[in-house]
Amino acid sequence: MDNIDEELLKEISNELGEIRNGAYNIRKNGEGIERKITENINIVTKKDKSGIDIIVKENTKFEFVHIPVIITESGLKDIVYNDFYIGKNANVVIVAGCGIHNDHHKDSTHNGIHRFFLEEGAKVKYIEKHYGEGNGDGKRILNPITEVELKDGANMEMETVQIKGVDSTIRETKAKLACNTNLTISEKIMTHGNQFAKTEFYVELNGEKSSTHVTSRSVAQDKSKQEFISKILGNTKCYAHIECDAIIKDQGKVVAIPEIDANNVDANLIHEAAIGKIAGEQLTKLMTIGLTEKEAEEQIINGFLR
Amino acid sequence: MLEIKDICFERDNKKILDHINMKLDLNKFIVITGPNGSGKSTLAKIIMGIETPDSGNIIFNGQDITNLKIDERARLGIGFAFQQPVKFKGITVYDLLKIASKKEINKIEACKILSKVGLCAKEYVDREVNSSLSGGELKRIEIATVVARESILAIFDEPEAGIDLWSFNNLIEIFEDMRKIIKGTTLIISHQERILNIADEVILMKNGKIEKIGKSSDILKEDLCRNSCCTLKKW
Repeated sequence: MDNIDEELLKEISNELGEIRNGAYNIRKNGEGIERKITENINIVTKKDKSGIDIIVKENTKFEFVHIPVIITESGLKDIVYNDFYIGKNANVVIVAGCGIHNDHHKDSTHNGIHRFFLEEGAKVKYIEKHYGEGNGDGKRILNPITEVELKDGANMEMETVQIKGVDSTIRETKAKLACNTNLTISEKIMTHGNQFAKTEFYVELNGEKSSTHVTSRSVAQDKSKQEFISKILGNTKCYAHIECDAIIKDQGKVVAIPEIDANNVDANLIHEAAIGKIAGEQLTKLMTIGLTEKEAEEQIINGFLR
Repeated sequence: MLEIKDICFERDNKKILDHINMKLDLNKFIVITGPNGSGKSTLAKIIMGIETPDSGNIIFNGQDITNLKIDERARLGIGFAFQQPVKFKGITVYDLLKIASKKEINKIEACKILSKVGLCAKEYVDREVNSSLSGGELKRIEIATVVARESILAIFDEPEAGIDLWSFNNLIEIFEDMRKIIKGTTLIISHQERILNIADEVILMKNGKIEKIGKSSDILKEDLCRNSCCTLKKW
């Protein structure tokens, strides 16, 4: 592993030393290069396709799993299928993410298909960061698909961050929730130049007292474009709150398409979407406490995407 | 310290400020009062640079600041608390206080500033300055950002606006305390008798003009209380 690899890892995941503390699998240019399993967490290579199964024993408490992907080979098209089986009442933090360094003119692509199966009472915090860098004109493309199935009493918190350097992304998240479950998703995206980002959420609230909170905060600047699509199905007594907040700058464009389907009289579904430029009064306030207009703008955006 | 020279400001064919002239001395507590629409807030905004006058000059510590931007004036030592505090997404109380302070401050120092405005600091320092805070809380945080700057001239635009009676009583106490500890000049736009009573000088504005400058007792007796459309509020 060279300096570029370690820097990419730091951007999307953690210091190498931290990663190696728990169970982990590092994938570079389409192949696994390092792995460690623990007593409670097993990682098995799939036989039928590229990818791994991550199996967490029931009642595992407070362990970390890192599964970063790095791509430094220009022109590579990497597809990986990772399945997570989380045992009853286990509580783990999973850190995934993909960093692409592309110094050449061919496009580099990574499509990660992640499926989560949480047994009764399991709890997962899933963090996914996407990052691109390099001086080449080859595009850095990331298209993640996340599928989640929560059994009774399971909870999942998902944080996704894409702040820099990704030219094109289409993110799909699908979830099915059973009774007394919660899925909380927090998405942060910043696009610039001619970048494009599209995110789609499809959540089925099938069990009584299931709930979901989806928060998307994004900034589109220069000539970049973003699309936010959400479809929430309330099929029983359930609660959903979807919030899409976007700041547009320059010639940036954002489209938000909400759909909430209440299929039961006890379904309580809320969708909020707000798109606009930075409020002038926010800039003015920060200028009255000493920031220049440019500094004020940076502060507002950094806070917004924090 | 601050000199306003012949400031005029007109919008939609209405004279909001009509040849305003005044001087503010250092280390004074000054209140501008007067009926709604008399031009008080506009004048405050013009001093901070939020609004630009059609004509006239503003001299601050001997320097003509008429054409300076808001942040340039802030760095010269002018602070401003908004009538309607601005809300943010993702920016915390600590962030605002860090920006406002001219020196690096840690959380303990930030908490001390919040205590000065009557907030139980630990509960607030990490909270986002968003609509989850009440009007009274936002108002105090707004005032705290001005306190943190230790401005030579601190302007407060109707600090009592939009808050309930209980929060108001606490707010008055804050200003009474600040009156003792703040160095520099404080300029408050207010309708409140209790604020007028602690002022060194009260400036009465009507129809875009300065009607009178004097002690609160003079202004109260002669100009406001006899006026049937009196806007002064007693709590």
